[in-house]
Amino acid sequence: MSDHARTLPGAGDGGRTPSDDTSRPANGPARHGGWPLWEVFVRPRRGLAHHHVGSLHAPDAELALRNARDLYTRRQEGVSIWVVPAAAITASSPDEKDAFFDPAADKVYRHPTFYEVPEGAPHL
Amino acid sequence: MRTTVDHLLALGDDALVAAQRLGEWVAAAPELEEDIALANIALDQLGAARMLLTYAGELEGAGRDEDALAYLRDDREFRNCLLVELPNGDFAVTMAKLLFLAAYQLPLYTALSGCADERLAAIAGKARKEVAYHLDHARLWTLRLGDGTAESHRRMQSAVDEIWPYTHELFQPDPTAPVDPAGLRAEFLAIVEPVLAEATLTRPADGWAPEGGRRGLHTEHLSYLLAEMQVLHRAHPGARW
Amino acid sequence: MHGHHSPVPGDGPASGLLDQVEEAEAALRAAAERGRPGAPDGHAVDADPQEYFTALIEADQKIEPRDWMPDAYRRTLIRQIAQHAHSEIIGMQPEGNWITRAPSLKRKAILLAKVQDEAGHGLYLYAAAETLGVSRDELVELLLAGRQKYSSIFNYPTLTWADVGAIGWLVDGAAIVNQVPLCRCSYGPYARAMIRICKEESFHQRQGFEILYTLAHGTPAQRQMAQDAVDRWWYPSLAMFGPPDRDSVHSAQSMAWKIKRFSNDELRQRFVDMCVPQAEVLGLRIPDPNLRWNPERQSYDFTPPDYAELMRVISGDGPCNRQRMARRRRAHTEGAWVREAAAAYAAKRAGRGPAATRPAARDGRAAA
Repeated sequence: MSDHARTLPGAGDGGRTPSDDTSRPANGPARHGGWPLWEVFVRPRRGLAHHHVGSLHAPDAELALRNARDLYTRRQEGVSIWVVPAAAITASSPDEKDAFFDPAADKVYRHPTFYEVPEGAPHL
Repeated sequence: MRTTVDHLLALGDDALVAAQRLGEWVAAAPELEEDIALANIALDQLGAARMLLTYAGELEGAGRDEDALAYLRDDREFRNCLLVELPNGDFAVTMAKLLFLAAYQLPLYTALSGCADERLAAIAGKARKEVAYHLDHARLWTLRLGDGTAESHRRMQSAVDEIWPYTHELFQPDPTAPVDPAGLRAEFLAIVEPVLAEATLTRPADGWAPEGGRRGLHTEHLSYLLAEMQVLHRAHPGARW
Repeated sequence: MHGHHSPVPGDGPASGLLDQVEEAEAALRAAAERGRPGAPDGHAVDADPQEYFTALIEADQKIEPRDWMPDAYRRTLIRQIAQHAHSEIIGMQPEGNWITRAPSLKRKAILLAKVQDEAGHGLYLYAAAETLGVSRDELVELLLAGRQKYSSIFNYPTLTWADVGAIGWLVDGAAIVNQVPLCRCSYGPYARAMIRICKEESFHQRQGFEILYTLAHGTPAQRQMAQDAVDRWWYPSLAMFGPPDRDSVHSAQSMAWKIKRFSNDELRQRFVDMCVPQAEVLGLRIPDPNLRWNPERQSYDFTPPDYAELMRVISGDGPCNRQRMARRRRAHTEGAWVREAAAAYAAKRAGRGPAATRPAARDGRAAA
């Protein structure tokens, strides 16, 4: 069974106090009124690889792509977008030792250097 | 066919009034992603309106710029179709209006992008790409609302029934126009009928066909819309913003 | 219409802020290149997770979603990021209030773009919060239930067009001063979202400044409109930085975790020092008779905002709290059938696969 990328590390850090203003974390894909979570990857026209730029909620792939285009590229032409259901992403093990792993090469979107603003974003 | 000021105003007013109505959805859309999408569409329509009105003003040669035309004409001088001035209603009504408007504007701008008037052709060429996107957006939602839940189906059918009569005006013949709208109806139907069918919606029968917008005879809605749009500009004559 | 020279704070403090954003971004890359503390092969197998977390923070490395983190760190971040997201969304209301009445088509377009950006910022921030294990749904419920807050500034009304300019200049300006340090926040997704947001916000501040400049150099009625707006928005903008340091109880831990990088009072002072020269360029008066350059501090002395009023507004009794929440709730409630329809449509497709839907029944009702 694949790990959802958003699964929390194990419960070793103790439970939450009930009066907290945060609810229990979602296990499995975070749903939002039936609109699951999607991760968005963008390759600007002159870029070499798709980069992870963020996430959004949408009920299906078609709307996810459209929303991603509006939100992360401001409808620039020539930009390639991938949307992937967050639930489809396999991440490394959620146990405590994960803290000591260097980011794996194929999880490059989690790497802190990886962030790029798509070219042509307004005001830049 | 020489482009006339009235033709440009009709095109520009359609876009301007459509943008104005879409702007009313800000902070009220069913989902944040939709707030962004509707604002995007409004911006596109507003952009086309600005180019068309600017051109109209220059062609008229009386010193009126885009703002003079948008803010200082009275209702009887506006040339938009009735469809765009109708209130937003619920989200289904807004999508029905957008579906029909975009399904009209797409073949219209496509034809105009090949017309003899180079400036109008250039404006149409840009608008055409944007309107294809608007049409797709409306199509996506028409499908989801028509074939979603019982409630959404009921609302979407009701919206389609309500707005359909206003589509006839879009195709009123005008042989003097750069593109005669009468020739566009077949393509319009070829776009919308399959969408309605796939959305499990009934295509309404043709019947009542309100019109008059191209001659400045509007519904009672336009006056309120313009009052809101124009009030601040008119309160400060000659001011720059 | 001929253009006139509208000086914008491009070469002034605002561009200094953009430089700081660039520096934060560069620091983020440099830290990643340094790699994480620990043994050369990257393993520190039996190290205590708390110690490792602390080492990461001290090394100015980023904590990422799948790292171990103290529960309180996670909770604090969720609350801070969520409230930031809620602020962007609620902030669309006071500004959106003037879209349909914008006095020129250019201003209408700019305002539409700005409000659209704010929705986008809210979405980036909700996405960042969700990496901490909470869903956007839960956060929206907390907002609508009044259990999570949004920036108090948005509980004030936009009474005139000039208010739109004042919000751009003062509120977005204050937000930038607050947010630039967050580009160095220890939590990776939040820092990255802030870098993106800060770059877009500088455009908003510039537009607000330009609106006010045009008004201040316009007709007497426009000048008066601009000054009136500044008179009403100045002190609430100062209050955006929160209570004074002596009354701010949670800051120490947030500072240690590098979630909060500067104190409320430090940021507030920075904001004042930035605005005074800008006000001079605008030709508008900041409504503070005690505003005065202090050569020993190399900063401006100023009258603090009314913190009792801030507390009242935060607790729900500002001019627009009820209206903002009602509007948000209404949008959410009225949108429910739309969201459900989209989910139902997707579910039907998942059930049926790529085959076409069944044709409509003769009476037009959806096929069940």
